[in-house]
Amino acid sequence: MTDAREALTRTHHGEWARVVAALTRRFGDLDIAEEAAAAAFAIAVERWPVDGVPPNPGAWLTTTATRKAIDRIRRENKRETKQGEAQMMIDHESPEPPGAIDDDRLRLIFTCCHPALAMETRVALTLRMVGGLTLREIARAFLVQDAAMGQRITRAKAKIKAARIPYRVPAAEDIPARLSGVLAVLYLVFNEGYLATGPDTKPVRHDLTAEAIRLTRLVRALMPEDGEVIGLLALMLLTEARRSTRVSARGELVALEEQDRGAWNADRIAEGHELVRDRLAAGVAPGRYQILAAISAVHTSACNMRDTDWSQIVALYDQLARLDPSPIVALNRAIAVGELEGPGVALAVVDRLEHRLAGYHPFHAARAELLRRLGRSQESSAAYDRAIQLAGNTAEIAYLTRRRDQLR
Amino acid sequence: MQYVLSVIADHTELATAGEMAAIDTFNERLRAQGYWVYANGLAEPSTATVVDGRGEEPVFTDGPFLESKEFLVGFWIIEAPNLDVALKLAVEGSKACNRKLELRPALVLEE
Repeated sequence: MTDAREALTRTHHGEWARVVAALTRRFGDLDIAEEAAAAAFAIAVERWPVDGVPPNPGAWLTTTATRKAIDRIRRENKRETKQGEAQMMIDHESPEPPGAIDDDRLRLIFTCCHPALAMETRVALTLRMVGGLTLREIARAFLVQDAAMGQRITRAKAKIKAARIPYRVPAAEDIPARLSGVLAVLYLVFNEGYLATGPDTKPVRHDLTAEAIRLTRLVRALMPEDGEVIGLLALMLLTEARRSTRVSARGELVALEEQDRGAWNADRIAEGHELVRDRLAAGVAPGRYQILAAISAVHTSACNMRDTDWSQIVALYDQLARLDPSPIVALNRAIAVGELEGPGVALAVVDRLEHRLAGYHPFHAARAELLRRLGRSQESSAAYDRAIQLAGNTAEIAYLTRRRDQLR
Repeated sequence: MQYVLSVIADHTELATAGEMAAIDTFNERLRAQGYWVYANGLAEPSTATVVDGRGEEPVFTDGPFLESKEFLVGFWIIEAPNLDVALKLAVEGSKACNRKLELRPALVLEE
């Protein structure tokens, strides 16, 4: 029994995307592929504990799902005498970009993350088709009703079919832009898990961070040469390594300087550091995720705040600002400058960002912290108030509230 | 498969000479590469008449069916194998006419 259940979980993780991807390729229809894969897994749940786990679970599932898909197509063809012509465009001709493994799962990922779909749709579709999460799990993750999430996915599948979004890996010249769209989806899933925004959700949701890491590992296995995929994986690992120390037993966010560094996950840090080192050794100009991973690597190499190589961090933020001159990068750079040159210098920089970041709670939290260190308690308290109003994460609100109350 | 590229604008000024030249070049490319089906500009929305012929007597209403800040000022119909190709052409078309486009697939009729 237990063996069968374990085998089911393992097979679901390992084979779901493969089954959906193979069936989509064969039948040219995401909806048929998804439904047949789900039906095959449902049969496995019933049969494996009784009949035993088949010797090749993946092949068993693909065969079972294929039969289910053929059944459905026959049924529908009988009902409607004419067969609908609208089918996904399967592009067998397009050459794979260099460094990509020829795998239907890569086609599936690029299709689910297509730029003609809304970001929230890409996220939902990727979690369903590639991650194998149920509708209910995805709906719960993004705090929407099951029916609304079902509709979102149904609409996306209909658009893919009607507008003929092709089932293929983009051409080599389009890869950088399209891949950055895929990575944005994965990073969004991770961040929603790491800093959940709902008032009724747990502050950190391991299910989502773990899923994001799993999917990023999959993309890495399929595109092993790409530096940004490696950078994102390293960034996630180094962030996830600190997860258990990030929220206190009382449900309050713990700032970096107060985190118990001894409790950080050494395995994840070691793996993240190795990935960052590999990228540095590659000698290729790093992209955004690689720089963020390198910043995380500097933090996780230090045994405390004072020991942290802040000049290295500022230099990395300089590099990031050249790629992404956004006010958020400028804010994070200013915070690092504060550690290096003192809160007065940092505050002058932060204050110049106000017109662009007035609605962004980390801006007010950073200002509050700098004002506190400068002994300007009243202004600090007001900045904490503003940050608390704008923050969505329960643990962060608890932390900001305590910091504010300590000023009084 | 056919796609309709609707040109959207919030004013009715005609294309400038530069825009016109860019549109001509784009149209030439559509023809040369087999994407062209049809294209045209539209007279301004105030010249429209809404027609409802479903009743006993036809009803004519002066003006467009929807009053909105932005409206249709022209369109292309193209033939493209998939959305990726259509998106690339739409980007070029938008650049050429210097206006936003809505890209929408035509229905694929059942045989």
